[in-house]
Amino acid sequence: MAEKKISVMDKIREAGKSITSGVAEEDIKYWVTIHIMGKAYRVPADLTIMQAIEYAGYRLIRSCGCRAGFCGACSTVFRRKGEYKLQTAMACQTRVEDGMFLVQIPFSPAEKPLYDVKNEELESSVILKYFPEVARCVSCNTCTKACPQDLEVMDYVQAALRGDFKAIADGSFECIQCGLCAIRCPAEIVQYHMAQFARRMYGIYGTPREKNVEKRVEEIKSGKFDKEFQRVMSLSLAELKRIYTEQQNTREVY
Amino acid sequence: MKIPYYPGCSLKTTAQNFEISALAVAKTLGIELIELPRWNCCGTVSSLTSDDLMHHLAPIRNLVRAEEMSENLGGDEYKLVTLCSMCFNVLKRSNLRVKENPDELKKINDFMYLEKDYSGRVEVIHFLELLREIGFQKVKEKVKNPLSGLKVAPYYGCLLLRPKEIGIDDPEDPTVQVEILAALGAEIVNNPFKTRCCGSYQTVQDKYAVAELAYDILSRAQKEGAEFVTTCCPLCMFNLADRQKEVVEKYPEFRSIPVLYITQLMAVAFDLDEKYYGFDLNYVDPRPILKEKGVIR
Amino acid sequence: MIKKLVISSKNVDFLNKINELSGETITLCDQCGTCSGSCPMVSEMDITPSQMMRMVQLGQMEVMDTKAMWICASCFACTVRCPRGLDLAKVAEALRQVKLREAIDHIDIKKIPEDEVRRLPQIALVSSFRKFTG
Repeated sequence: MAEKKISVMDKIREAGKSITSGVAEEDIKYWVTIHIMGKAYRVPADLTIMQAIEYAGYRLIRSCGCRAGFCGACSTVFRRKGEYKLQTAMACQTRVEDGMFLVQIPFSPAEKPLYDVKNEELESSVILKYFPEVARCVSCNTCTKACPQDLEVMDYVQAALRGDFKAIADGSFECIQCGLCAIRCPAEIVQYHMAQFARRMYGIYGTPREKNVEKRVEEIKSGKFDKEFQRVMSLSLAELKRIYTEQQNTREVY
Repeated sequence: MKIPYYPGCSLKTTAQNFEISALAVAKTLGIELIELPRWNCCGTVSSLTSDDLMHHLAPIRNLVRAEEMSENLGGDEYKLVTLCSMCFNVLKRSNLRVKENPDELKKINDFMYLEKDYSGRVEVIHFLELLREIGFQKVKEKVKNPLSGLKVAPYYGCLLLRPKEIGIDDPEDPTVQVEILAALGAEIVNNPFKTRCCGSYQTVQDKYAVAELAYDILSRAQKEGAEFVTTCCPLCMFNLADRQKEVVEKYPEFRSIPVLYITQLMAVAFDLDEKYYGFDLNYVDPRPILKEKGVIR
Repeated sequence: MIKKLVISSKNVDFLNKINELSGETITLCDQCGTCSGSCPMVSEMDITPSQMMRMVQLGQMEVMDTKAMWICASCFACTVRCPRGLDLAKVAEALRQVKLREAIDHIDIKKIPEDEVRRLPQIALVSSFRKFTG
């Protein structure tokens, strides 16, 4: 029996229809109208922006990633009906609103400077060496307003001018590198690259070394676990499977 | 007396000795300088075009913080003290601009809608003005180790004195540093180039032009007999002290001369603990001459 | 040699633009030269501050190709001494901004030598970027 050819777009549409409500399209009561890149679409009211874009028939090959609010790919810029203020959001984490005018920003063009953290010191001039544009910050707060993670971006850029690596690391800890701050910044600073550099530097030079990890690395280097590794490597597939499923019963502690 | 204090970026890094000495000196005089919370870089130079409001955001944001802090401290005085001459000039200029143009103030307040509105009440003063206010007699009373025999040439630079509506003293013939140094017991040397610009930001792309200016200022001071030059601006400090390296390249016969923040000399005269002097950060170490003169051990 | 200057509406527009941007009435300058005598950077400049004012007064856009406005250190010595009360620092800033607002930077912030970036206090970098980048 020949199978009916179902295209990818059909599959997506089918998936979108029962995605959150689990009901058939004809039973959906609440609908909203949103504008995706200027074109109006009627979508179920409880969809996220990402689901709504796909419901409308788009196939996302960019501006789409983990779908869980963590990877920073689905940066979206939108305005609400009748409002002049520009809003930002992550498409996978934000529900649609009636009258929303939106577009996605799949990429923020920013060359990351090449650095070798092993050759640098924890000093304010090091940040300015790789990111001199940080000195152009005018404290306008546009970056903070643009951040979908509600981070105080301007504060950590200001901390960079003072060489306060810890403040940058703490302030940018939850940054998902979506790029919205860099796109909006009038001084053309790439905040998230600078913050990542600062976090790396702080992690290496500003935080205490983890003694237990160092001890374990020494043990491994001294060959304490070599015999066990060799034993496991020589096991058959069946043996490995048996050991894996039975490991809950193991009482031995290394 | 508790007063809100704005440090500025350089005082937290290359000019830490300015802050350390100044805070200690202020404490001795009964003034507690309380750092503003969440302050941001002032911008260092004022935007001089008529239509630019964006570059005034940074100073006004700091004034919002100062106003808030003054309210929390109670009393009816709304002051903000700065140490750096450049920060002083920028903050005072922006303050004056919005006080004279209420419609611009409204625009700035509306733009910074996440902050409290700035009402224009804060008065920006430089640390030297504060000393003048409390009186040089009070300064003299705290002197335990007079700087006798020290020949000091005060240097003012530009942004502390100019333009006239911002300056804290006569732009052609200022005396405020003279009065402080006299109270400290030092011998004043008049340098005719004391108000000549050090070159300011030209040091980034044309360091030899700055070296020329530094040479003029310093060699004249030396000619008048000065052993030290005092300043109150981290950029003047860099141009007059650190750039002596470039001065020597152009004028090999130039002898180095220590350049100090005036608060460092005050700390020595008040006989404060050595940790408040901050001499490690001075490009030309003043300790040999100070020891020779018996001012420090 | 006599040079013939033609002042067209283009030149008048330029003068008006600088007047507005600086907030100063540049035609008030009487060419006394006090500013040039006070300027600490004048020996590095290709034209003097008075010449700069004269060129703007005549609406000569060639002034945009001169170096004086970029060598100015914004020290306000000219401003406090001008007998006409003109603020030349604002005029120099207006001329710089005409170039910078076209997104043409005067310095390449990435090309500052590393040893200089290490030595310079932030105050120097911030102020120089403010004056020389758009």
